[in-house]
Amino acid sequence: MRLHGIKVAHHKRTADCAPERLAVPPYVTIPMSMHIGKPARVIVQKGDEVKVGQLIGEADGFVSSNIHASVSGEVRQIKEMLNAHGQKVPCVVIESDGRQTLCEKLSPPRVTDFDSFVKAVKESGVVGLGGAGFPSFVKLHVYDLSAVEAVVINAAECEPYITSDTRTMIDKGEYVFQGIEAMRRFMGIKRFIIGIEDNKRKAIARMKALAEQTEGVEVHVLPSQYPQGGEKVLVYHTMGRMIPKGGLPLDVGAVVVNVSTLSFIAEYLAAGQPLVEKCLTVDGSAVKTPKNVIAPIGMSIRDLIEAAGGLRCEPSKVLYGGPMMGIAVPSMDEPVLKNTNALIFMDEKEAALPKTTACIGCGTCAAHCPFRLDPRAIAQAYRLGDGAALKKLCVDLCMECGCCSYVCPAHRPLVQTNVLGKGKLKEYLFSQQAQQKEQTKAKQHRDKQEREAKK
Amino acid sequence: MSKLIASVSPHFFSRRTTRTIMLDVIIALLPAAIASVVHFGWRSLLVIGVCVASCVVSEWAFEKCCRRENTLGDLSAIVTGLLLAYNLPVTVPVWQAIFGSVVAIIVVKQLFGGIGQNFANPAVTARIVLLVAFSGSMTNWVQPHTANLPDVVSSATPLVAAAKGTTAMMPSYGELLLGQHAGCLGETCALALLLGGVYLLVRRVITWHTPICYLATVALLSLLCGKDALYQLLSGGLLLGAVFMATDYATTPSTPWGKVIFGCGCGLITVLIRFWGNLPEGVSYSILLMNILTPYINRLTRRRPLTGGVKP
Repeated sequence: MRLHGIKVAHHKRTADCAPERLAVPPYVTIPMSMHIGKPARVIVQKGDEVKVGQLIGEADGFVSSNIHASVSGEVRQIKEMLNAHGQKVPCVVIESDGRQTLCEKLSPPRVTDFDSFVKAVKESGVVGLGGAGFPSFVKLHVYDLSAVEAVVINAAECEPYITSDTRTMIDKGEYVFQGIEAMRRFMGIKRFIIGIEDNKRKAIARMKALAEQTEGVEVHVLPSQYPQGGEKVLVYHTMGRMIPKGGLPLDVGAVVVNVSTLSFIAEYLAAGQPLVEKCLTVDGSAVKTPKNVIAPIGMSIRDLIEAAGGLRCEPSKVLYGGPMMGIAVPSMDEPVLKNTNALIFMDEKEAALPKTTACIGCGTCAAHCPFRLDPRAIAQAYRLGDGAALKKLCVDLCMECGCCSYVCPAHRPLVQTNVLGKGKLKEYLFSQQAQQKEQTKAKQHRDKQEREAKK
Repeated sequence: MSKLIASVSPHFFSRRTTRTIMLDVIIALLPAAIASVVHFGWRSLLVIGVCVASCVVSEWAFEKCCRRENTLGDLSAIVTGLLLAYNLPVTVPVWQAIFGSVVAIIVVKQLFGGIGQNFANPAVTARIVLLVAFSGSMTNWVQPHTANLPDVVSSATPLVAAAKGTTAMMPSYGELLLGQHAGCLGETCALALLLGGVYLLVRRVITWHTPICYLATVALLSLLCGKDALYQLLSGGLLLGAVFMATDYATTPSTPWGKVIFGCGCGLITVLIRFWGNLPEGVSYSILLMNILTPYINRLTRRRPLTGGVKP
């Protein structure tokens, strides 16, 4: 059985564009939070000289990530900036000297066993490059390695426009397989599954050719159906197992790694250069020449698009990531992040928001939900503030892939009501817990009184 | 520098809207309109025009009066008008057609909250209201010009003929398929309706579940009762109802199994009315009755979310 999804125009017109390295920008703004978890702690000061690859933000707490300078130059400012999520994040602004002097401390890490492997991954500053931005070392730091049956390498790249993973597979295929070797050696995993959508013929050919020379690597060619690259969807379609609600891939014996993340880990093991630049797709209706570029992390979107050939017209919407789950940036001054795999510039026509009309009860939303949720019922339960109904409808299962909103003929904001429903459900569960606590407390109190009365 | 739009994802949308869906339904209904003009003459075009116009005007006027947003752009009023006209005999007085349209749009649709909120199919309910209120003019059937029968002013529909057992009046399968028999102006030509149904299926506006289950149930039960199944399928308003009215989104279940139940239920009620009821035809009543059950069927057949475990 296949999970539901949608057919959405691919727009993969940059698949044949080998990434082009952009000129060093005059300055970069590097936020201390480009990952899920606690922001990194700034360890440089205004006026410091920094070099490429030098640590400027240290992982703070267990789920956090190291951050490195992407240009050489002088730290001009350490300021708070609003990111695309509306959070205030400390940022390090570095003025580039244009020389890109490498930090002399950089050298390939010494990796001999699992612990040193995880430590190296942590030091590289790599996070989930598919877009999620979850610190990779946390994911790889598996307590019980025997529970891992297979590593699923996410190369589906199901979002329209984006081809940066495709390019990774074509241009850096050998690194992907070196990454596989490293995971085999240091984590003792035997089975590797590469899941690719069937619209990437060149990448599939390359992966298949390399897989023939390596034992234990399977290339699964999957139909191009969004959201094929969703973690749960991919694990289900490759291993036939559904990750339980609220669970992790590990619960079904899988570790899921994005293909670019894996290739970067191998590169780091070989050369020791931390994550300071990113290959990303620049596309969209407002772009003059769609292409793939390699840009230093922290380069502002404005500088990037100028260096990448400019815009055809004033953009109405700019996205981090693809059009299905990407985040609209509030300003062109926002920087390129570690997990930015694409920048989509939409012109007025492409960005036009469709008008929301009344629900006609067609049920198309439910028919396309990969997890068989009923967004219409969820929206209603949310409107009524019915926490119990939201719990029954499993709203917390929603991964916000956007299929429901995409297909809705009335263009109702169903993903939004799902997200709001999740919040409502949390509130409800919290109040239930509090209620239960109070009840047990009251019962204890009553029991105590009764006991005392008996005495 | 203009401001950037910062909306939530997704940023792509399917091109299908309520309007394009309704447009597809209108296109699917066109062959039957052509057939009705061929069979019953230009007056059928007048009836269609009156129904569509009065539905549109009713919707516009009601929304104007209630200061609601104008929804004429979704074209649903036109679909209701067409379906209502198809359910009327060509001889229907114009004022009755207007009355039916007002009932359909204002009473059945708008008073319940407009598009998507009504629990009963507007065209079906309006037809039933007209049938009860003006049973004389609503059953004043004439033979089409194209029928190979002597000129008669008034005549019986195939189902009436079958019920009365007047085999002389019963048309052949070919005549049923082409619509050369008495009946409501849009329901007679089975071929045109099937064509429309195929178009809707191809365009994925409807799924096969409801029409196939509806027709299969009627055919099966007819066979069991020793009747001519094909004759039952091709006569009366069955095809019009199964393809266009039992597949209305708002008033019928949205889950696949719900559609199966809905179709089978409609088939059962239709057969019960046709064979044992007082009336020769039961399609409208069956759809209306099943409309009422729709919320329950929806709840009963809601699919369980995939919360995890091994591949089923």
